[in-house]
Amino acid sequence: MCLPRSEPEVHTPPRLQDVDEWGRSERVRTIVRRVYSPVYKHWFRVEWEGLEKIPKTGGALLICNHAAAIPSDAPVIMHGIEEELGRAVYGMADFFFRTVPWLGTAWSRAGGLSAHPDNALRLLRDQGQLALVFPEGTKATSKTYRDRYRLRRFGRGGFVEIAMRAGVPVVPIVCIGAEESMPIVFKLPTLAKIINVPYVPVTANMLLLGPLGVLAYFPSKFKLRVLDPVTFNMPSGQERYSKSRIMDEAENIRNLMQETIYEMLRDRRSVLFG
Amino acid sequence: MAQALESDPEFEMVLGMASRNPTVALERTDFVHADQTYSIVSRIVRATRPDTIVHTFMVTDSTRATGRALHETNVIGTMNLLAAAGQAGSPVRQVVVKSSTLIYGSSATDPAWFSEDAVRTSAPTTRVEKSLMDVEELVRNFAEDNPSTVVSLLRFANVLGTDIVTAISTNLSKRLCPSIAGFDPLVQFVEEDDVVRALEHVTRRRVPGIYNVAGAGKLPWSEVAALCGTRLLPLPPYGTRLAARPLVQMKLLELPPELEILLRFGRGVDTSRIAATGFEHRYTTAGAVESFIRALRLRRTVGQARPSYTYEHEVEQFFRRSPSVVSHADN
Repeated sequence: MCLPRSEPEVHTPPRLQDVDEWGRSERVRTIVRRVYSPVYKHWFRVEWEGLEKIPKTGGALLICNHAAAIPSDAPVIMHGIEEELGRAVYGMADFFFRTVPWLGTAWSRAGGLSAHPDNALRLLRDQGQLALVFPEGTKATSKTYRDRYRLRRFGRGGFVEIAMRAGVPVVPIVCIGAEESMPIVFKLPTLAKIINVPYVPVTANMLLLGPLGVLAYFPSKFKLRVLDPVTFNMPSGQERYSKSRIMDEAENIRNLMQETIYEMLRDRRSVLFG
Repeated sequence: MAQALESDPEFEMVLGMASRNPTVALERTDFVHADQTYSIVSRIVRATRPDTIVHTFMVTDSTRATGRALHETNVIGTMNLLAAAGQAGSPVRQVVVKSSTLIYGSSATDPAWFSEDAVRTSAPTTRVEKSLMDVEELVRNFAEDNPSTVVSLLRFANVLGTDIVTAISTNLSKRLCPSIAGFDPLVQFVEEDDVVRALEHVTRRRVPGIYNVAGAGKLPWSEVAALCGTRLLPLPPYGTRLAARPLVQMKLLELPPELEILLRFGRGVDTSRIAATGFEHRYTTAGAVESFIRALRLRRTVGQARPSYTYEHEVEQFFRRSPSVVSHADN
């Protein structure tokens, strides 16, 4: 211990890595984008509609319907927005990812973080970033093929509350195609309990392709539509908001997205070619 | 800390108390030996009638003390100190307690940044964390029972700096430092100067409340290791404790349980609250790491860099009490 020295005020020494405070590394993102680009373009042949509705600056909470045993929608959305708009997207997911060695670190470096309300608030309000959440959570990715286009409960409407508190719009995105990329035929709940994971799916991919099917997606055509941003006429920064208002807003957004899903399915001629 | 306080003429008298001799030269601080649990503190408070007690002896690194000693020092020591400060007719107007961000724990369900009000998401598993929970409970109760006393509780992130020795600094100064395979957590440090400055800040301004103190930003553990020029030794993600045990016994590395969980999930704390009271950190996390490396380089080249000071009771007494010593105040 010694007396405070007369040193220059807070100097920032050079860094070796470019990992930010969330664990995201732009260098890793660039590599991921390069590797993922052919999958995005040629495998899923992603088509966007209304991409201009995503704000160019400032925080916004992107929400999307969720599907496929290993969700294929999150990387598609993150890749798409980063390539087209040049804005970073932070993907928020179940904290379960963090507990898995290697996968957790990779997910974090590639722009993922756990969906904690404090994290979302800091990202959206203090840093004005884009955060992507799936309000259905693991209830959606674990749904079987039959229910693939039925939206699950939107959690407890937490996403609406966060957006209100942060004073940012919610931008709903509807994604069609993820559902068929890795559909679940049945699940093994006992095994899931034993190895302590949210669910153990047996997918059509596994049944058709064997071990390769654990990771290989079917080449379904991806179509995404961005809906009009929803803003809430509420003062931001409140500690708590009316629960009924939150539930109403969440339910409205959910209905809107469900309607859009049906609308897009009416237009779809084929799963493979859109 | 005492050095910082005694340099300010506003403080009439500074009295140091510890179970070990001071390791830095103190100009006008009186020094008293205490046992591990600081049972003498009550008598001292009665005798010297201090108006401020700064409680900095908390052990937050379980490699520095055995389980029992840790409990005695942290919990019983704090209990004695608060009892002394809260006795009838106590002159104490402020108590400053040094705690640690270990209190938040470290788990997958954590937010990336803890605020002071955050509730920890997992039950404490390590001795240090449990003792800190007890200590903070005592402090909370004390603050409730003595509303007229200013109680400041500072939670410091892991400390790095020029002199401090912790399990982390020991690991980082070796050729190999432990990591857990598959995990590269973001960690946050506070420089030891900032620790002293923060304690001084709340003492001087009499700021009540709980505050996080930590350098801005977080660094991945792998980057910290690379900056320090040590290689990572990845331990298996499962059965980590078992794999590490022989290595710890061979003194190749140190891996107390609180470090093991940190190396898995990391931890970050938000410091906007203390910033709002007017405190400015002088070092960021990266700055703390750099300060540590610079000291480490010097130590590696010339050995123990600073000529270390040895406390000699008679000498110090002479300087403080003998009438033949010319006082600075008279000059």
